[in-house]
Amino acid sequence: MARISVQTEDFDIGAEFAALTAGRTDIGGIGCFVGTVRASAQDRVAAMTLEHYPAMTERAIARIVEEAERRWELLGCTVIHRVGRLTAGENIVLVLAAASHRQPALDATAFLIDWLKTKAPFWKKEEFADGAATWVEARAADDAAAARW
Amino acid sequence: MADAATPLTILYFAWLRERTGTSQECVTLPADVRTVGALIAWLAERSPGHASAFANRRTVRCAVNQDFADPATPVGPGDEVAFFPPVTGG
Repeated sequence: MARISVQTEDFDIGAEFAALTAGRTDIGGIGCFVGTVRASAQDRVAAMTLEHYPAMTERAIARIVEEAERRWELLGCTVIHRVGRLTAGENIVLVLAAASHRQPALDATAFLIDWLKTKAPFWKKEEFADGAATWVEARAADDAAAARW
Repeated sequence: MADAATPLTILYFAWLRERTGTSQECVTLPADVRTVGALIAWLAERSPGHASAFANRRTVRCAVNQDFADPATPVGPGDEVAFFPPVTGG
């Protein structure tokens, strides 16, 4: 039973951990990935806007989670992806995967974020400090990361 | 069953939305447009904006009824067809 949410508001990582593990004594490890808006010196990104395809997004994420559950014995899973305008330093995405041991928890977490990047209908538009804005282009490295699973 | 006069809903996201100037339109297909590939060729004729959006078809992705699709995927009356760039979430 996974928790999937697509939302504009921020998420509370501690609260999500607590919700995932509440009342459980069978979990031995939880993998966690948090993606944030990066503002490196070279690209001067001030903010980004995340657009998505509302009728399809949660369904596409559910399919990715189902695939993770097919490959690993997960005891719980949380995927939260924010949409709308986010400024540098803000959280974008949270992935938590719980299992009885660390390896399936860590592998499932990496799998989930790799597939989210290439198989869920989100698009990022970056805004730069000088006011310019451009759509982020898909990277071959992301396709390669998704294909290794 | 939807009959041949039932329109399709076309959705555009990201720069396809900006280039076509619309996020959604309803179209009634000619009888010979039965696949995503044929639909793209037909939509590209609708306006200079559409032509620009579909100019490089290798950069256009598609979903039919909220499932990822390819140029050979059938389309028909009543379907929801979305066009967008390769995804960049995460």
